[in-house]
Amino acid sequence: MKAFEIVTEAINPQIYADFVLRPEAGAVTLFTGHVREWTKGVRTLHLSYEAYVPMAEKKLAQIGEEIERRWEGTQVAIAHRIGELQISDIAVVIAVSSPHRKTAYEANEYAIERIKEIVPIWKKEIWEDGEEWIGDQKKKPEGGLA
Amino acid sequence: MITLCYFAGLKEQTGVSEEQVDMAGQTVDDLWQWATTKYPDFLSGATRLAVNEEYALPTDVLERGDVVAFIPPVSGG
Repeated sequence: MKAFEIVTEAINPQIYADFVLRPEAGAVTLFTGHVREWTKGVRTLHLSYEAYVPMAEKKLAQIGEEIERRWEGTQVAIAHRIGELQISDIAVVIAVSSPHRKTAYEANEYAIERIKEIVPIWKKEIWEDGEEWIGDQKKKPEGGLA
Repeated sequence: MITLCYFAGLKEQTGVSEEQVDMAGQTVDDLWQWATTKYPDFLSGATRLAVNEEYALPTDVLERGDVVAFIPPVSGG
């Protein structure tokens, strides 16, 4: 495994928790994000994730560096799965260790928020009667770079 | 030449995952203008461009061999 990676197989969260565990750590927070069946009344059959893999791994590592700079003594490992995922499968795992509990919680939440901002990974929801790339706006361009 | 990469919904809409353009020496904004002319229905203002795996500024100048990725709004997690 790598500390920051895009994977295509089922995620075993324990290996990421084990990776960040060390004698200085009094806390490890382990977040797993799962494929949800129902979103706003619409039933998802399964999901398909795609990534710009080299850039995504680079941005996951950048998030780890941001955290380790901002919260002294933390260590981070993050993996995101791509391809076809079924209901309840793990899409993302974030493991953070730190000397104290509060920091480990805060840093872990920061990581998922940053993933949703900067990591080039895209999710397609497949329903019984259709499918859509989430977050992919289809409006006409207004010019320039946002 | 510059290599352009498309992902997710953009790839499905453009029908290609990669293409080459001869735009070395021009800016990222010049490329954006070219792309929005070629794909007026597909690119929204929320799409970001990355050059060699880093988000780019409109004023960045493209060099021969650069890889430019069109990054529609991301939805990982």
